Amino acid sequence: MSTSTQQSSTGSAAPIAAPQPGGHRKLPSWAPWAAFAVAAVVAAVFSLATSWNIVLFVIYTVVLGTLGTYVASRVVEGPRKATDRLVTCLVVSAFGIALVPLISLVYEVVRRGAQRFDAEYFTASLVGVIGEGGGAYHALMGTLIITLLTTLISVPIGLMTAIYLVEYGSGRLKRSITFLVDVMTGIPSIVAGLFAYALFVLIFGPGIRLGIMGAVALSVLMIPVVVRSCEEVLKLVPNELREAAYALGVPKWRTILKVVIPTAIAGLGTGITLAIARVVGETAPLLITVGITNATNFNPFDGRMATLPVYAFYQLTQPGVPPENAIARAWTAALLLIILVMALNVVARLISRFFAPKTGR
Amino acid sequence: MTTTSAPPATPRPKRRPGDRIFAGSAKGAGILILVILAGVAIFLISESVPALTAPAEDVPGGEGLFSYIGPLVFGTLMAATIGLLVATPLAVAIALFITYYAPRRMAAGLGYLIDLLAAVPSIVYGFWGITWFAPRLVPFYRWLEENLGFIPLFAGPASATGRTMLTIGLVLAVMILPIISAISREVFTQVPSLHREAALALGATRWEMIKMAVLPYGKSGIIGGAMLGLGRALGETMAVAIILSGSAAGITWTLISSANPQTIAANIALQFPESTGLAVNTLIASGLALFVITLLVNMLARWVVNRRADFSGAN
Repeated sequence: MSTSTQQSSTGSAAPIAAPQPGGHRKLPSWAPWAAFAVAAVVAAVFSLATSWNIVLFVIYTVVLGTLGTYVASRVVEGPRKATDRLVTCLVVSAFGIALVPLISLVYEVVRRGAQRFDAEYFTASLVGVIGEGGGAYHALMGTLIITLLTTLISVPIGLMTAIYLVEYGSGRLKRSITFLVDVMTGIPSIVAGLFAYALFVLIFGPGIRLGIMGAVALSVLMIPVVVRSCEEVLKLVPNELREAAYALGVPKWRTILKVVIPTAIAGLGTGITLAIARVVGETAPLLITVGITNATNFNPFDGRMATLPVYAFYQLTQPGVPPENAIARAWTAALLLIILVMALNVVARLISRFFAPKTGR
Repeated sequence: MTTTSAPPATPRPKRRPGDRIFAGSAKGAGILILVILAGVAIFLISESVPALTAPAEDVPGGEGLFSYIGPLVFGTLMAATIGLLVATPLAVAIALFITYYAPRRMAAGLGYLIDLLAAVPSIVYGFWGITWFAPRLVPFYRWLEENLGFIPLFAGPASATGRTMLTIGLVLAVMILPIISAISREVFTQVPSLHREAALALGATRWEMIKMAVLPYGKSGIIGGAMLGLGRALGETMAVAIILSGSAAGITWTLISSANPQTIAANIALQFPESTGLAVNTLIASGLALFVITLLVNMLARWVVNRRADFSGAN
């Protein structure tokens, strides 16, 4: 109560705090909860009367609870407080809405993917498999090989560019590289695939499909991410460290290699791991550059390879007869992809925790 | 702290070979990026020239390149616009929730939860959309058709599978939500606490504080984030390719029927593996159109985001 009297005393000075009719009363803290509890009961009765549906029940509860809180607050506390409470309800529901796809997606993928999460899935390819059985060994290997190649191409280019931007760059070249890296971040993945295709068609003729083409396409997507994150991290290295090295007569390149990079290694590792996580699930560029095959192919310079995302796509959209087996394989591939991405995210966090520079100089 | 650290202007130090090699390769890597980006543009153009110059009846569809790409562009813009309209308010509300409403200790964890949405590969969104999400929307579409059917957007017949333009828009909204909310969150945490405290000291409620101090400060950040999300939605491929029933219906405004225009990216993904000859060139030409559209959107977004520093009035 004391706060509201303070408010009304300063109210004459500030227009927004003008005393409201009935503005001195306050709803008890349990009031919103009570409103939602009543709303839940009403919604339950209402949905039972028509037909029980959990989605409608939740929607009715939230809408009625929000309305109830708003009306009660408007009657007791006045319109300003009421709007505040209304917005609080809306903001919380927005967060709730965002959780619906997340939870349902994870649940669905785990439930359906667990069906074929067995030893055969990880050891067999699809050669000669009609109907039951078969696995994704070839696709898993393909994804690992192509991702490794992509990393080998992107990390040197990306890291050196970041070093250039932070340590050497100046003037117009630096500005245009920064800008174009930003632009490159926004290239649609399918366009990157088309680029790799167009590039290799000029060399090898039309209809070409190679594992390395996929790696080139993915590199176009990965390089800007690597540059961005490495640049941010390198900027954080304190200048005093560089200056101390120069003062000791260390050449600039050795300063970068021995002082700057070791200091930033945790951040660099995190950034690169997250960049890998970003490209490992890319489907579209691989679909048009690497194609799909049923056999295991370890050579990215010779013919088509299978990759997990493309494998998942074809198993789902062209399952053959009977469809159940291929669709089950597709879901397991989707589950594997999510596990891969999550694992990379966890690794990134671990790197940043365990390799962080020792503080307390 | 952020600038480069050339040692103070002393007599020019002697250039060691190691230094020269290292500096040269760093610069080379930077220039390589320029070359790659130029390469993307050049190769796409050179491979789409045959489609641009081909006689109209040879292009797939038989009516020339522009009537082939036109409906695709329309579909792309339509899906991305729906996604953007749904995602932006939600994302801003979520960012507000995480920065100003959620308990302090939980905020970082909740933010991480939303970021997880960005980590899910787009093909998995396609799987989820076609098996879980689309069928659950069918009753809702029936209801829309019955009650709002007089609006052209919701004219029937409602799809029986839920694989419609509106579904795609909603899935795209989920996919770009984490991008917009991450950028909004970043801007909201930068709002000077003096602004916020001044509003609160004048007796503003939390919402009034947000309306008067946070949103004006964060406006350009929100706009920039939304445009980056738009760029992502325009280029999204696999989710659209799986979910949308691509019946190449030309330009239609109805959102809930199964007759839909495809999007550029999904059309390429679906047609490319089976195409040869001029059909490939046509697809690459449509890819070029997509490239140009996303490029414009992204450049505009970067410009808006970078402009923020100039007029925020915070410093």
